[in-house]
Amino acid sequence: MTAVEVPTAIPTPASRTDHLLRRLLRNPLAVISLLFLALVVLIAIIGPFIAPYNPNPANLQSILEPPSPEHLLGTDTAGRDVFSRLLVATQITVAAAALAVVTAMIFGVVTGLIAGYYQGWFDNVASWVTSLVMALPAIVILLAARAVLGPSVWISMFIFGVVLAPAYFRLVYTMVSSVRTELYVDAARVSGLSDLRIIGRHVLSVVRAPIIIQTAIVAIIAIAIQSGLEFLGLGDPAIPTWGGMLQDAFTKIYVAPILMLWPSLAIALTSIALMLLANAMRDVLERTVVVRRKRRRAVTTRTGSVAAVTTAASVTDLGDEVDIVTLEGEPIRHDDDEQASARSADVILRVKDLRVGYGQSDGSTTEVVHGVSLDIRKGEVHGLIGESGSGKSQTAFAVLGLLPKGGSVTGGSIEYEGIRLENGSDADYRGIRGRRIAYIPQEPMSNLDQSFTIGSQLTEPLRVGLGMSKAEARDKALSLLERVGIPNPVRTFKAYPFEVSGGMAQRVLIAGAVSTDPDLIIADEPTTALDVTVQAEVLDLLRDLQAERHMAMLLVTHNFGVVADLCDRVTVMQSGLFVETGPVRAIFQRPEHPYTKSLLAAILDEGPARPPLAPAGTAPQGANS
Amino acid sequence: MLTFILRRVLSGLVLIVVITIISYTLLYLGSGNIARQILGQNASEELVAQKAAELGLDRPLIVQFWTWATSALTGDFGRSWFNGQLVSVQLGSRLAVTLSLVIGAIILTAIFSVILGILAARRGGAVDGTVQFFSILGFAIPGFLIALFLVLVFAINLHWFKATGYIPFTTSVTGWLSSVTLPIIALAIGGIATISQQVRGSVLDGLSRDYVRTLRSRGLSSNRVVYKHVLRNAGGPALALLAVQFIGMIGGAVIVEQIFALPGIGSLTVTATAAGDIPIVMGIVVVTAIIAVVVNLLIDLAQAALNPKVRLS
Repeated sequence: MTAVEVPTAIPTPASRTDHLLRRLLRNPLAVISLLFLALVVLIAIIGPFIAPYNPNPANLQSILEPPSPEHLLGTDTAGRDVFSRLLVATQITVAAAALAVVTAMIFGVVTGLIAGYYQGWFDNVASWVTSLVMALPAIVILLAARAVLGPSVWISMFIFGVVLAPAYFRLVYTMVSSVRTELYVDAARVSGLSDLRIIGRHVLSVVRAPIIIQTAIVAIIAIAIQSGLEFLGLGDPAIPTWGGMLQDAFTKIYVAPILMLWPSLAIALTSIALMLLANAMRDVLERTVVVRRKRRRAVTTRTGSVAAVTTAASVTDLGDEVDIVTLEGEPIRHDDDEQASARSADVILRVKDLRVGYGQSDGSTTEVVHGVSLDIRKGEVHGLIGESGSGKSQTAFAVLGLLPKGGSVTGGSIEYEGIRLENGSDADYRGIRGRRIAYIPQEPMSNLDQSFTIGSQLTEPLRVGLGMSKAEARDKALSLLERVGIPNPVRTFKAYPFEVSGGMAQRVLIAGAVSTDPDLIIADEPTTALDVTVQAEVLDLLRDLQAERHMAMLLVTHNFGVVADLCDRVTVMQSGLFVETGPVRAIFQRPEHPYTKSLLAAILDEGPARPPLAPAGTAPQGANS
Repeated sequence: MLTFILRRVLSGLVLIVVITIISYTLLYLGSGNIARQILGQNASEELVAQKAAELGLDRPLIVQFWTWATSALTGDFGRSWFNGQLVSVQLGSRLAVTLSLVIGAIILTAIFSVILGILAARRGGAVDGTVQFFSILGFAIPGFLIALFLVLVFAINLHWFKATGYIPFTTSVTGWLSSVTLPIIALAIGGIATISQQVRGSVLDGLSRDYVRTLRSRGLSSNRVVYKHVLRNAGGPALALLAVQFIGMIGGAVIVEQIFALPGIGSLTVTATAAGDIPIVMGIVVVTAIIAVVVNLLIDLAQAALNPKVRLS
């Protein structure tokens, strides 16, 4: 009945509303809709005064006349002037719909404000009444009322307003409940404003725009129901309405179907205009939010000098005051030392001049990775380090062929053992992604589908990709779970993701990644979302698995401690470019780029669990065979 | 799981009881001197009193309600005031017609909403624009206008379908299809417009989820991830909306049945309302409430099947 989802919880400050109106007027569809609705309202007001004929008395001499200069739209089944009836009916229909809307608004908004602001028992009562009203179709309620109270349009519409009130109630309630916990509302309360003032000033201003949208939609429903009742012949026959005219025309559908056109057009066009208006407003509201979000990201992704300025600012936050300049072009390269060259020389992943961009709604492309080159050799752990927004994850996703919607490789190449993968389709990646190249994500919980058991998510790729039987896949998954250090593999296998801890979930994801014995693992900040103690355990696990299976790894991180712990080589990334690359020891001992220096200085300031230099000299060799 | 079902059944029963009490009170208190209305203005006082006694209207309301409710539990909702027929008999035969319309429309809605919603979300661009455009039309234009349009074009002008009347499924399958196709489409269009938007939104949201990337990183195809994982997670909100649509369509059927002259609950409601035949109106209210509760229960069960969080809570 009122199943309309209006975008909620967009707490827009009051000053924005005028702004919204101006934006709305820039949308041509919204302007046309507004003009049409203004016309309808105008006719509703002056209609009876400009109607050329009295709409009611029957004139049996002139039944069903075609349109003529005397009768612009012809006459109906009782010889009445259709044009005059349409004008008068507009007044009644609009007034009836308005009565329902206003009733619903008053009941819904007031109760919603009170329930949302005070919560408590009022809550339960209100939600119970809502489900009570929702259990019966509105028209059945109205018909039952009509059986008792008689055919009054106004009584029907008042009752319908009460029935529609939950539409406003739910909207206002959710928005108010989210606003009341906002800090500025707390502040207002502390500063001694009365509840009434707070509701009036801070809360009402937030719900205003969504209420207008909801009103357009409620008006559509009110017009539909009111016309429907009249169409059933259950209205007051003495009052012309759009629905009543339609009913009269319907009785002559075989003789004069054209009579149905005028009331149908009135109902349909008014409803469409209201709908377009609601849609345009929703777009404006949503876009305001999108623009705000995008702006924040744009600061960290824009190229050139702007990026240099903004990143310099954020590096300063790390507690370092080095003057940093971003250089377009080649990164500083350190020559291999014996530790790094001890690895096999076979390159399995070759990324050349990779550029990644996102298409914008205006057709342009915003580039976030500006041409980077990287080789990963067999069995090598390669760290990719930089602050958030530097393009590390974008580089990793590009290699996997899993860039978020709108993103694509705009230049350069990605080659896995000679196979070109840039912008590859599912078919291009068949047998590679999930088989030879695996992925370990950052945030363990959001990377598991909460609707399926851990076991089913572990075995699905094994069965689909490797063609294992159900039992084989289960055995394999259980042994993997055991290998990654899960104490009770069978129980975890049967559990849903939300039943295990974050550390366990990350182990599950690692088990999934290594399940197909890949040659290359792309790990995107695999420990960032974990507790510090769990971080160390997961790093140990990764190191052991890497050594045991001789996998190459591209380890994306913002933590030099992790690099020191695990990596053979490291590449430093800043603002979509590589600035320095080389063996881990060389970078730690002789950092040349000021950005690298600032990052190294930052870890000393942060005081990580492990000192940076000691493990660099010891841990990775332990992994050498 | 069992307590989940029991709790839902219990709250449904309470809902039915509350609706019944409220409607009974309002309908019977609001109707004034019923015996007088039935017999007309010219009947003598004794005759009116006799009629009232015959219908049991001279007893206190609570006693009347108790008598009605106890027999209602056995499936007897009393008799029509005007033609003396059993309410349950009148409702029974008509319920099948209305339910076949509404269930047909709900199936159509579910199928097309999923297809269109996924198509719009994944293809984007012109496909998305077209789906959005028709959704706006489908949502804004009332169902009975669509029904009138369908009758005019496909029944009266093209003669593809029957314009009016009902042929039972048992008499002729093609005849039945010919009589219910247009009403079902008319009922479904509003639902498709609403739910395809919901599905589109949920799929778009789902596609941007981390787990989708991770599942694909493990070699599963985009199609498989969308149809197995994204769709399942999108199912919850869409199902909730489907329940609301189901109730709404029973209301829509009242008008649509009138247009196509189908002998369903809708036409019975209209005649009973116009005549003020309270026992029938009461029966319709109770049956509708029961249907609503059953539908919501089924949807809750479906939710629990889809979403382990619901099931395990």
